[in-house]
Amino acid sequence: MANVIDDETIEYVGILAKLELSDEEKDQAKQDMAKMLDYIDQLNELDTTGVEPMSHIFQVENVFREDEVTNGDMREAVLANAPEEKDGMFVVPQTFE
Amino acid sequence: MAKEYETVIGLEVHVELATKTKIFCGCSTAFGGAPNTHTCPVCTGMPGSLPVLNRQVVEYAVAVGLATNCSITQHCKFDRKNYFYPDNPQNYQISQLYLPICRNGYVEIETPEDDGLKRKRIGIHEIHMEEDAGKLIHDDWEGSSLVDYNRSGVPLIEIVSEPDMRNADEVIAYLEKLRTTIQYLGASDCKLQEGSMRADVNISVREMGAAEFGTRTEMKNLNSFHAIMHAIEGERARQIDLIESGEKVVQETRRWDDQKGMSYAMRSKEDAQDYRYFPDPDLVPVYISDEWIARVRANQPELREAKMKRYRESFGIPDYDIRIITDSKHMADLFEETVALGAQPKKVSNWLMVETLRILKEREMDAQDIGFSPKHLAALIALVDQKAITTTVAKEVFEVMFAEDVDPVAYVEEKGLKTVNDESELRRTVEQVIADNPQSVADYRNGKEKAIGFLVGQTMKAMKGKADPTGVNKLLKELL
Amino acid sequence: MRRRKRTVCLWCRRPLSDNGKRGKSMSILDYTAVELSDQIRRGEIKVVDAVEAVFAQIDGREKELNCYVTLQKERALEQAKIVQAKIDAGELSGPLAGVPFAIKDNMCTKGTRTTCSSKILENFVPAYSATAVEKLEAAGAVVIGKTNMDEFAMGSTTETSYYGVTKNPHNAMHVPGGSSGGSAAAVAAGECFAALGSDTGGSIRQPASHCGVVGMKPTYGTVSRYGLIAYGSSLDQIGPLAKDVRDCAAILEVISGRDEKDSTSMSRENGQGTDFISALQEDIQGMRIGIPRDYFGAGLDTEVRDAVLAAAEVLRAKGAVVEEFDLSLVQYAIPTYYTIAAAEASSNLERFDGIKYGYRTAEADNLHAMYKKTRSEGFGAEVKRRIMLGSFVLSSGYYDAYYLKALRVKALIRRAFDAAFAKYDVILGPVAPTTAPKLGESLADPLKMYLGDIYTISANLAGLPGISVPCGTDAAGLPIGVQLLGDCFQEKKILRVAYTYEQAVKRG
Repeated sequence: MANVIDDETIEYVGILAKLELSDEEKDQAKQDMAKMLDYIDQLNELDTTGVEPMSHIFQVENVFREDEVTNGDMREAVLANAPEEKDGMFVVPQTFE
Repeated sequence: MAKEYETVIGLEVHVELATKTKIFCGCSTAFGGAPNTHTCPVCTGMPGSLPVLNRQVVEYAVAVGLATNCSITQHCKFDRKNYFYPDNPQNYQISQLYLPICRNGYVEIETPEDDGLKRKRIGIHEIHMEEDAGKLIHDDWEGSSLVDYNRSGVPLIEIVSEPDMRNADEVIAYLEKLRTTIQYLGASDCKLQEGSMRADVNISVREMGAAEFGTRTEMKNLNSFHAIMHAIEGERARQIDLIESGEKVVQETRRWDDQKGMSYAMRSKEDAQDYRYFPDPDLVPVYISDEWIARVRANQPELREAKMKRYRESFGIPDYDIRIITDSKHMADLFEETVALGAQPKKVSNWLMVETLRILKEREMDAQDIGFSPKHLAALIALVDQKAITTTVAKEVFEVMFAEDVDPVAYVEEKGLKTVNDESELRRTVEQVIADNPQSVADYRNGKEKAIGFLVGQTMKAMKGKADPTGVNKLLKELL
Repeated sequence: MRRRKRTVCLWCRRPLSDNGKRGKSMSILDYTAVELSDQIRRGEIKVVDAVEAVFAQIDGREKELNCYVTLQKERALEQAKIVQAKIDAGELSGPLAGVPFAIKDNMCTKGTRTTCSSKILENFVPAYSATAVEKLEAAGAVVIGKTNMDEFAMGSTTETSYYGVTKNPHNAMHVPGGSSGGSAAAVAAGECFAALGSDTGGSIRQPASHCGVVGMKPTYGTVSRYGLIAYGSSLDQIGPLAKDVRDCAAILEVISGRDEKDSTSMSRENGQGTDFISALQEDIQGMRIGIPRDYFGAGLDTEVRDAVLAAAEVLRAKGAVVEEFDLSLVQYAIPTYYTIAAAEASSNLERFDGIKYGYRTAEADNLHAMYKKTRSEGFGAEVKRRIMLGSFVLSSGYYDAYYLKALRVKALIRRAFDAAFAKYDVILGPVAPTTAPKLGESLADPLKMYLGDIYTISANLAGLPGISVPCGTDAAGLPIGVQLLGDCFQEKKILRVAYTYEQAVKRG
């Protein structure tokens, strides 16, 4: 395998993705990711010099809404699935700044 | 020998745009609703919801870009900025990194110098469109925080300057310049206290004459000019201390606590600051054609510089007045509309410069909050011109007009404040005053000219100010 | 007109395993969706009876197959009455009026739990319906339940669901394919008349092929994605899984159209309209059909290959010009797809954080611990694997090398299809390299599982429409599908070819 994913990388990606993996899962993730990256590295066989990255398939532009209020008070619906709610707001563990 | 240091400052200014609705959904941007009443599946990040761009956001961003001499990125896109925080319901913010809507602009600022004003150009690196976050309310008692998404998705532009400023005066002048320009465009009300204009300040220091910039820190949570000035002073001192004691300045984000006059590093192990930007696949690119740009340019209102020039040429009022009046688009509009209704410019300017500024100062209000209408100010001036009321009465009426925008004509009528031009009533009062003040009458007759002033005053008092003092004077002399 | 009782599979002529529980509802279940609505309109069948028939079938087979995550019999019966009244009043006359439908569980349904087959959305009840679901219901379809899928549509077997594995109705030892495995299996087992699925890399076409039903992915932007819980936003499309090509066309006609709530949905006109039923003509005289040689190399099961080539011969006999050609870049589609899909997924799935909806960990003393625990406990292994990969390829220092590179290769793949469609009206090939794998065979080696998507993935990268039509079975009796791909907005061409093929086979 050309790609080797170290502990530090898995730890770092875990922070980015907000995932906490067990040691066993980490080992598995290191292997899986290295294997996938080896596979993805195949793309380097292709010369893409001068090729524009294609994020959208169609050349559609300028899809807009007009600046008009169309939504009423949807608080009840918005909060209906909240795991914890207080005074019409979502509750989260204290955020320190 | 102590070294001399130069402060290098760049600003990231966030401005909430004055649209009726949010950037990607049809929720209202109005202030003051109960928590989460201005929300929907889109601005709360519900599964399956999708953003659709508000056209007006692009219009405003282009207008600000043109007014700040930027080039418009005709093909621009939105990117996702990924980071987890509860005020950000999708845990990514839709913003622009790779193709911001405006680039390479500048504004000119003026700062006071020994011999007048120093002009300087501050570069604008870019302006991009993005969505605002929700609000977190800290519940210390419960050890939790509460999230309100009413502000989530309110459209913002972020104006990123070049590191062209060297002191707090320049920073304030730059912010003032952006504020008036954007207010003139009607793109935002730019209120620092209410958060519709916010500044993050990037600061570094270097030895005077050094070619390279020092390591910069980013200061957040600056919600007044006062806080900005203090934070710059505080951070400059902190960085110089570090350098002089042989330590290194760390590139980091710091939060300014204005009450304590200190800043704190905001970084934690869990904030990698790796935002994994990529083009948002849910939004299509924006193409701003030459025609579109031309249209925005054509609809651009007269900006402050042009207005000041025109005032100098056509209104004959002092330069000082012009500066104050044009500082706020609202006040300038009020001035012009009142003049258009036939009032003499100098008189309108006086009402704004003296009484209006006095009341604003007393009540700690902003010029934007002036609520009386031009037609009422014009009517008030006309009443004085016609000698229908005295200046004293006019000032009383103005107070009420300022507070409640009453029609001065109706108010004067209703309260019976009109100057008494009834010759017989005035004559009766004057005769009474003469009868009641024999000493003063005697003094006057004995050549004490000044004594007549007292008699005029007594007459005015008896008339409750509703008499024309010149007329009273004339009548007194006649009867004596 | 009552049709003969169908006891054998329409395609393979093999007896359908029915556990002897089909009873008297059998005749109703035999109709296609369009036939059923016709019977209902003519007063031969009541909507309630159709719904009851489907639930009787569910009672018999669901325990074994596990096609559904959520069933809503009461709501369906109520809905049936409302729809019946509208039909009787002449307010509803379309080809889906009164037809019992199943919806893949990644499409929001107002008031009905929507889980994406994940623990993290176990109790999520949306306050809105996906536009496609709204359109179906407005056309009189009766939603009977939400079908099982691979968690967040990540998988090819419907084995990554938190709510258990779905089994193949043709052989319960095998998977139904995925990720829309529940929808495909439900249609195949008569547990509904038709279903909606979503296709990000083959997730409609591949399970359709494995379950012996017709499945279609339209051109990107044809069906609104509003209310579809995103996996890979630039690749996801909703489409039908149905008993035959006519049903497919009728459903697609109802659910497609520009939606102001989805910026990427397209308005289609000028010969590229969405009047798909009009394309059902048995006439392919002179149509040019290309078979990519690159689709028939190593890894393709010989039985699958033979069945697909036999289908091509049927089309040739009907007057099409069929020839082989080199498509190129085929092996690069999978790495390109997994880079783009994982990157988009890593961002799309960030919103599942335990704050606004869904699962939240029982205990966490601070915010970041809450995020990490909630997400680690709420997501399954495959989802975590793709989020990790996606976060990595977007991270600082790797974005250009991986993500942008993949977007560049995507452009090359699109060009290869442009060249192909300059020569051919339709591209014909297999849907999957093999028939449905045995349960438990695929998950052990994810990369090997990903390789199974080789024939379907490029349609998503290039935005193309594709359809899977049954074309036989293997020696074990498992269905095989043939895939027809068209150029963007050319659904009518593939529908016409598919319909012609289907009619030819039906007549034998």
